Amino acid sequence: MSDIRQFQTHPEVDVATESPLAYSLQRSGAPAITSTSQVILRERPCLGHLILRGGAIVLDEALREVLGLSLPSQPHGLNHDASGERSVQWLAPDEWLLIVPGGEEFSLESQLRDVLGDSHVSIVNVSGGQTVIDIEGEMARAVLMKSSHYDVHPSAFPVGKGVTTGFAKTSAILRRPSASRWELVIRRSFADYLYRWLLDAGEEYGIGVER
Amino acid sequence: MFYIYCPYCEEHREEEEFHPKGQAHLARPEDPDACSDEEWGDYLFFRNNPRGIHHEMWVHALGCRKFFNITRHTVTYEILETYKMGEQPTITAETEASRPAATASSTDDRVSTETKGAQGVQA
Repeated sequence: MSDIRQFQTHPEVDVATESPLAYSLQRSGAPAITSTSQVILRERPCLGHLILRGGAIVLDEALREVLGLSLPSQPHGLNHDASGERSVQWLAPDEWLLIVPGGEEFSLESQLRDVLGDSHVSIVNVSGGQTVIDIEGEMARAVLMKSSHYDVHPSAFPVGKGVTTGFAKTSAILRRPSASRWELVIRRSFADYLYRWLLDAGEEYGIGVER
Repeated sequence: MFYIYCPYCEEHREEEEFHPKGQAHLARPEDPDACSDEEWGDYLFFRNNPRGIHHEMWVHALGCRKFFNITRHTVTYEILETYKMGEQPTITAETEASRPAATASSTDDRVSTETKGAQGVQA
């Protein structure tokens, strides 16, 4: 066990937690899903996000032992576990993003640190800093094409790929966990801007927000 | 717009994801205290401004956030190759000068033919 101090961001006491989009949903509203909605947005707030940095081999071994999940070795790789709830994504040659159900991140970080021992790695809990937005529907790709300069054609963006790229006038992590669903991992401080951008971009497709 | 190959992401990305960070391969003097003022001044403030092949450091700011090197032609703006930090360029002013095509009168023709196989820029 390394001597690094950890911080439990979800303490036992009942502290109210608000999603990064709480303000936007209040102020900008959430258009209802209708029969003509071709794009559907859904926020998945308060998940556990961990940034893993270090050597691929030690991190891969630790992650296999703790979660049974292997680290994507190729650039832009995105691996899910059997349930589809936990994912690990390549961000850079020495950096990966691990997303788990909310509340699991603290015990997971402790387990990883136990296994990793004194290895030269860094694990940072960024759960409070970012949030995940799902984009689904037949015109979801059209909304992405308006918003990002990255090529989202299925031939260039197969299922199981994730990239960090420019989105609207900021940056976002864009991932494709399944053929019909896209995920945006965005910063909390840009959440309101991107939410309103997506509502505007999806207006012509009758965008609806699932709450 | 350029379409730049990031050697870490292993694919071409839009130019707006990148930032130029100045001349590449600048070695910090081993022992700054033993440097003359001129050597230290050259290291800190003086940069090459060649007409032709130039090696530059760029950062993939919106992607993997890694620094890498670009060999660029300052007249045509053509990107001849990109390579990781710590690696040496395969295209330099010397290798270009030794090529017979380098003496051709039209610079544009020369660059467009020789980048066909290179990874730096994709049409």
